[in-house]
Amino acid sequence: MTSSTGTPTGSLARSVQFLQRRHRFHWAEIIPWILAIAVFYLLPGYRLLATQILVMILFALSLDLIVGYAGIISLGHTAFFGTGAYITALMASNDIPDPILGLIAAAAGAAVLGLVSGWVLLRTTGLTLLVLTMAVTIMLQELANDFDEITGGFDGINFTNSEILGLIELDQLWYSSSYIYVLVVLFFGFLTIRTIVYAPFGRMLIGIRENTQRMSAIGTPVHQRQVSVYIISAAIAGIAGALWVQVQGNVTTEVYTFELSGEVLIMLILGGTGRLYGAFLGATVYKILESTTEQVLGTDEPYWQFAIGIVLILTVLFARRGLFGIFEDIVKKFKGASKGEVQ
Amino acid sequence: MIEPILETRGLDKNFGALNVARNINFALAPGARHAIIGPNGAGKTTLINLLTGVLKPSAGSVYLGTNDITKMAEHQRVKHGIARTFQINTLFMGLSVIDNLNLAISERMGNATGILRPAGNYSEVMEEAGRILSTLKLDNDALTEIHELPYGRQRLVEIAIALALDPKVLLLDEPAAGVPSAESHIILDAVDSLPKDIAVLIIEHDMDVVFRFAERITVLVRGAILAEGDPDEIAADKEVQAVYLGESAHV
Ligand SMILES: Nc1ncnc2c1ncn2[C@@H]1O[C@H](COP(=O)(O)OP(=O)(O)O)[C@@H](O)[C@H]1O
Ligand SMILES: [Mg+2]
Repeated sequence: MTSSTGTPTGSLARSVQFLQRRHRFHWAEIIPWILAIAVFYLLPGYRLLATQILVMILFALSLDLIVGYAGIISLGHTAFFGTGAYITALMASNDIPDPILGLIAAAAGAAVLGLVSGWVLLRTTGLTLLVLTMAVTIMLQELANDFDEITGGFDGINFTNSEILGLIELDQLWYSSSYIYVLVVLFFGFLTIRTIVYAPFGRMLIGIRENTQRMSAIGTPVHQRQVSVYIISAAIAGIAGALWVQVQGNVTTEVYTFELSGEVLIMLILGGTGRLYGAFLGATVYKILESTTEQVLGTDEPYWQFAIGIVLILTVLFARRGLFGIFEDIVKKFKGASKGEVQ
Repeated sequence: MIEPILETRGLDKNFGALNVARNINFALAPGARHAIIGPNGAGKTTLINLLTGVLKPSAGSVYLGTNDITKMAEHQRVKHGIARTFQINTLFMGLSVIDNLNLAISERMGNATGILRPAGNYSEVMEEAGRILSTLKLDNDALTEIHELPYGRQRLVEIAIALALDPKVLLLDEPAAGVPSAESHIILDAVDSLPKDIAVLIIEHDMDVVFRFAERITVLVRGAILAEGDPDEIAADKEVQAVYLGESAHV
């Protein structure tokens, strides 16, 4: 008289075994990395776009930690991206041009901002939280504009990085070393996030997303845990921001725009929240759509905005789990009912 | 008299002009089987919320043993051994039954903040989950997501999560509410077989259940304690009879 659907019934041992294996790498998880390397060799002309996509994937992954896993909705994630970007650029233009140091400082600075803003903001939920995250970003953008003797304002700051580990120069002509550099950082960022989400901490975040009230009732200090994940997410977003400007050797107040906050959220929703690879798919599809509509229809904003609007509406109406959700469904169809979905 | 494990002194709670708790002096003995009865809206759930720290009282205090826990946050009270279930299912709907339990077990065992080792490698958590699932005969549903379970079995998960916290005090808010009467015995059997060392406070409407289960009964009416005693005393109480007859006359 059990209602188990699609699971092997009767055996507790088999259920436990499933949990013991859930975090293991599936062979298919190598595909994005093979594709990334293939793009490097096969499409050298698109390396700048591809590099930007890799950075956006890391940015979207950081957002997935709070939105997809912990259920904290934010329209202000560029606060951390931009802070990481500016810290790196200001260091480089003030005689600390080491890229790795830049990344570390960006992560640390963004983490501090995550702690301070998260501590206050995360006392709220829903629409209030959404508006407050937005407000923080807009304030930072305004600050960056006002203090233009430091930030370079709209024109920004140009800077040069030193060699990575004193060995490899980030080239801004062919983006070959830059691409590999970003790919390696993304890889380690991804591994970090993947480790976290399969660890008890990540499961706990999912619990907060699923039912905050119950989490308190099982003894979880919810606010404290939300702030911790906010800090981690902020640090990774800061690294993404640092990468973004290191590759271009230039930073402008654009890294703080509220639009970018919206874009990364759209990428994540498009790809699918709370499933890691949604960020990969969403950022890639979004960026490719953006550049092709621009090529086909011209750079007039409205066309592009219109196209992405339609795609987003279709996603929210018909594919709530995003493109990666559709992908999971297809795989399931082919494999018959199997519960091994990546979550 | 035995020292109570959980106690309230002069507890008041107002929602605006509405007094949902009025000068409640309530004591739960260690290992007790205690029931609270009273009409809908009497303030029974509110009392549980005051005991667990979901709500802060307008006046009065709550004691766990001899410790004043009135100002203690909900999650800290859980760590001190107070667990509860909800009148309306409050579960992790998108997660499997065993994942629901593991969240509670990890939190209790203090490894919920681990970020390096995969959750599946904590064998002590798995063993504990297996033990509770077997006790409540939920083992065949271990991997079933809560929203796929019939409501009755979801109610069982409510109890399972609370048990996973290894509580000293268990507060059950209408554990069989919403369960078809043909299935309610499954829940009530689970309640009957709770470990004897846990002090159990149950809110229940079914008088057969109350009088079979409880060694002590508190009657709550309009936020105040109307009567308290053993089942025989409550059954014989004229005021209680009046309330219940009055109630059923209205229905
Ligand atoms: N958060 C709240 N705000 C305002 N009124 C509330 C709140 N919670 C409960 N009440 C009111 O308090 C009274 C007691 O509710 P409750 O404790 O749920 O009763 P019971 O569990 O005995 O049926 C009801 O009139 C209810 O409407
Ligand atoms: Mg109630």
